[in-house]
Amino acid sequence: MTTSTRHIISLLMENESGALSRVAGLFSARGYNIESLTVAPTEDPTLSRMTIVTSGSDEVIEQIIKQLNKLIDVVKVLDLNDGKFIERELMLVKVKATGTFREEMKRMCDIFRGRIIDVADGSFTIELTGSGTKLDAFIESLDKSAILETVRTGASGIGRGDRILKV
Amino acid sequence: MKFAMEPGMANSSKQLTGAEILIRCLHEENVEFVFGYPGGAVLHIYDAIFHQDKFKHILVRHEQAALHAADAYSRSTGKVGVALVTSGPGATNAVTGIATAYMDSIPMVIISGQVPTYAIGEDAFQECDTVGITRPCVKHNFLVKDVKDIASTMKKAFYVAASGRPGPVLVDIPKDITAHLCDFDYPETVHLRSYNPVTKGHLGQIKKALKLLTEAKRPMVYSGGGVILGDASEHLNKLIQSLGLPITSTLMGLGCFPASDPKFLGMLGMHGTYEANMAMQDCDVLLAVGARFDDRVIGNTAHFLSNPRTIIHIDIDPSSISKRVKIDVPIVGDVKSVLADMNELIATENLKQNKVELASWFKQIDAWRTKKCMNYAQSSELIKPQYVIQKLHEVTKGEAFVTSDVGQHQMWAAQYYKFEQPRRWINSGGLGTMGVGLPYAMGVQLAFPDAQVACVTGEGSIQMNIQELSTCAQYQLPIKVIMLNNRYLGMVRQWQEFFYENRYSESYMDSLPDFVKLAEAYGHVGMQITKPGDVEGALKEAFAMKSRFVFLDFITDQKENVFPMIQNGKGLSEMILAEDL
Repeated sequence: MTTSTRHIISLLMENESGALSRVAGLFSARGYNIESLTVAPTEDPTLSRMTIVTSGSDEVIEQIIKQLNKLIDVVKVLDLNDGKFIERELMLVKVKATGTFREEMKRMCDIFRGRIIDVADGSFTIELTGSGTKLDAFIESLDKSAILETVRTGASGIGRGDRILKV
Repeated sequence: MKFAMEPGMANSSKQLTGAEILIRCLHEENVEFVFGYPGGAVLHIYDAIFHQDKFKHILVRHEQAALHAADAYSRSTGKVGVALVTSGPGATNAVTGIATAYMDSIPMVIISGQVPTYAIGEDAFQECDTVGITRPCVKHNFLVKDVKDIASTMKKAFYVAASGRPGPVLVDIPKDITAHLCDFDYPETVHLRSYNPVTKGHLGQIKKALKLLTEAKRPMVYSGGGVILGDASEHLNKLIQSLGLPITSTLMGLGCFPASDPKFLGMLGMHGTYEANMAMQDCDVLLAVGARFDDRVIGNTAHFLSNPRTIIHIDIDPSSISKRVKIDVPIVGDVKSVLADMNELIATENLKQNKVELASWFKQIDAWRTKKCMNYAQSSELIKPQYVIQKLHEVTKGEAFVTSDVGQHQMWAAQYYKFEQPRRWINSGGLGTMGVGLPYAMGVQLAFPDAQVACVTGEGSIQMNIQELSTCAQYQLPIKVIMLNNRYLGMVRQWQEFFYENRYSESYMDSLPDFVKLAEAYGHVGMQITKPGDVEGALKEAFAMKSRFVFLDFITDQKENVFPMIQNGKGLSEMILAEDL
């Protein structure tokens, strides 16, 4: 048994109702992991682009790619981990911001190159973009009791340079 | 267009209703039979059927049987099977049949009625999410939301069902759509940018495979249902004959190579022959053709891989390759095309096996054959189920279509009926669906009205779709039911004997009907056979009644087990043989 590694799989699929559930159903039916899944239409409205973060042994990842390709609605599949790629995720965090804590929170936000996008009497809402690990690091650097709410989009990924996923 | 002028149908210059368009699509696809059951959501479609006579509608007694019959029509002819069911319970009753076809990669198009578009999602009468329910057990499915899409969707459905690795495709059509009007224009071609099944195999891989195979000391060929689905029997035979290789078949592959050929080692797997399983385990180069290394065939994969061998795998579905067993030389392509390429290379490059090595390998195989693993103790008192199948083979000269249900009788039919041709052995291998046997026989008999069709079943399985005796009466299908009646759910009982210290929990079939009277009640001929000496005579008598449906109730030895057997989780060479007990 080889060790389990994290993979980011990008795919283009027909932008049709039910296409998302075919992919989600495949993962649950075959017992594959999903860490996150994001989907939205592309510049061509007939196509949706999906990014799936999963983990598994090399054999399992190979099967996942093959099974995804087998779905009739899936046009193209790319395992981003097969080459160089960039991964980004957006997170919105609502934190307590009162008294001297307000300054401290702003500094922290600057260090992580976040932006405060909403200011209220007792709280800030911070927008932060980066890889999953960067977002994790930001959360860890905050005092747990200061976090009121977090929302993450899940990762999106794109190949570097001339690695292009297009029909 | 003669058809369009028929009464009740719109003139060809006029627009057609969705229901009429659907029927026209089926005509365009040269559909011979539609197996179905009417209901509210498909009433417009049934009205359109009333006005046509190009295909025959077969009215079953339960939707599950419609699916199985259409499935067997496909298995026996190679054409796409078509079933039609109503919404809600019609569709849910069809699910077992769809899943059965899906597991064995059978090309089918299933049309299901749906509640009107405006009622979808309102928990309307007989509403269910058919597309959602069937999604995991279809190759693809569609919900048609506009009458303009019916023709193109049907074209896609037939294309997807039959191409690549085949499978069932469901088209769900809301009732209002079948009443809407539209011009009929059946597309000539279909293009799906997301679906381009591979056909030709990679020539470099094919050459590599042939080199490995011809240099092998102990070569072995393992053929599966893909050879039958891909109509590649002829090509496989040519390959085997030109290189002289030993070959085994899976349950689904039986008939793709003639069982009477000395190079055939019999079926492999959980109830495979000693020689086939030993040769699989001991070979040095294995050529797998249209097979998928499933758990009932390979057993414990770690045990299988503990013997080093090089594996070549030809399959049209890339996801079948290296799924359970790591493949050394994968060849993705249509089995027929790949085998044709192989045969051509063998001929042009004059490739041959090493005769001395091959002879010594066959000597080893013959030594395994001396185990005579298919021998069983004959009895003058009790009917042995194996004996019934052997006699069935004799009486039908090995030429019958044999359908089976699931259980011990299925394994005995597979082991003792020696299939010489493809598409003659019709059974549920992947899903293992009890109750398929009788509707399978219906589908086959309709496709081949003059052929001998035997349904080998048990008293457990037959009762799962016994209502179809009525359908058989309506269409006068001269099927011969060969029921091996041991008053037990035999395979369950066998496992309980071996692995649960004879605790026969709920495996005894009590309160059985009088099957002879039951058959007669439906207008058929019923016979009960209790003595071994009467088996052959009864079979001859039954098959002599060429136009009658005959139900033969063979009262068999209750304690007979299927051998050889590989226990769950054990390896191929770890068989239990009858002589071990």
